[in-house]
Amino acid sequence: MNTCAERLKNGIITENPTFVMMLGMCPTLAVTSSAINGLGMGLTTTAVLVLSNAVISLLRKVIPDKVRIPGFIVIVASFVTIIQLLLQAYLPFLNKALGVYIPLIVVNCIILGRAEAYASKNSVVPSLFDGLGMGLGFTFGLTCIGICREILGAGSIFNIQFIPDDFHITFFVLAPGAFLVLAFLTAIQNKLQMPSATNTNAGDADLACGGNCAQCVGSSCAANKGILEAERVAAKAAKAQAAKEAAAKKKAAAQKQAQDEKKSDSTEGKED
Amino acid sequence: MGSIFVIIISSMLVSNVVLSQFLGICPFLGVSKQVETAAGMGAAVTFVITIACAITYPIYYFILVPLGLEYLQTIAFILIIAALVQFVEMALKKFLPSLHASLGVYLPLITTNCAVLGVAINNISDGYNFIESLICGFCTALGFLIAIVILAGIRERIANNDVPNSFRGTPIVLVTASLMAIAFCGFAGLV
Repeated sequence: MNTCAERLKNGIITENPTFVMMLGMCPTLAVTSSAINGLGMGLTTTAVLVLSNAVISLLRKVIPDKVRIPGFIVIVASFVTIIQLLLQAYLPFLNKALGVYIPLIVVNCIILGRAEAYASKNSVVPSLFDGLGMGLGFTFGLTCIGICREILGAGSIFNIQFIPDDFHITFFVLAPGAFLVLAFLTAIQNKLQMPSATNTNAGDADLACGGNCAQCVGSSCAANKGILEAERVAAKAAKAQAAKEAAAKKKAAAQKQAQDEKKSDSTEGKED
Repeated sequence: MGSIFVIIISSMLVSNVVLSQFLGICPFLGVSKQVETAAGMGAAVTFVITIACAITYPIYYFILVPLGLEYLQTIAFILIIAALVQFVEMALKKFLPSLHASLGVYLPLITTNCAVLGVAINNISDGYNFIESLICGFCTALGFLIAIVILAGIRERIANNDVPNSFRGTPIVLVTASLMAIAFCGFAGLV
């Protein structure tokens, strides 16, 4: 049971998909014009994530390794279709507000990413909780951004208005506001040196895709990833070597200093 | 004729695929470091989206609708697009090696580009006919090309500028995208 709690914490805090991993940026920007839309999108994605993680984990020994990505896509697409039909039947207002972004959950990097990274390697119950944690983390992120944009742009939270119409900055509920809010969010993360995909140097590689494997489901760039990993290992080794040399130098310097001090001590002693 | 002109302007500029519909954000932010690679990615996306529109339309209206299987739209489209990308890559390698050399590296990345699926689904839900959906797909992709090339050009300039520490990297790119989105809002008056 301990792994389950750990998985939940991992999804919501340690590897939060919105704030730390910066995954699934399209829905993050598109549907957060109000808190209720963000919450709805988050919960929809959570449902798909939990179900697909569980099924993929159940079938992980049946699906051949070579066709696993198409297999995962079919499983995810089936659940997305089911959820979409349920929303059409029971929550038509949410279905209308989210529109084309519901079928687009299929191509959300979080879902395929978790399937590839966790569900295809672990048993059912931990995978289920992994999906739940990641989904709740995503919901939390979307709702937070939605609340920020709704307060600034429409002066309300969850459609309860508390700032009069004259003081709204409509800019924030429109498209440009989404980019700006996310820009400031990532800037604050950089400023506070918080763990986030935006302040690592993974993106600086000279690869065509930008080299940022955190934003990629990695279905086709195993070679690129290999090169990146090799680079990283080499950099680490070089760093370790440099650190070793520096340590040796420091040690030598310290010894020398100690000798000098001893000498000066003895001379001082003589003078006394 | 008038309606086609409206489709061209609105899909390319007014409701730009990246800056107002937020589709394809990952390549938009990830592959926009240099104008050259950005243009390559944009060209590859244009190519794939146009072909995807041409193929998903008959499949929806001549296979799914007669069989009453409209609800399988999502599953069918994503599989078609994934297979299509693989097929296009193989075909290019065989018949147009020079084009493959310049676009090849970007093709596998496009499978998970939500713009492709998004445009295919939008075409169906907007009820366009075959010609209209083909034009809409091509112009939407052209909008992506325009946006990513402009962003790459600006980023090349930003590289020489003195950006505040906390805004270096992703934040300044997002601020740039926001300003571009404001500029593209200005096209709203056109239609």
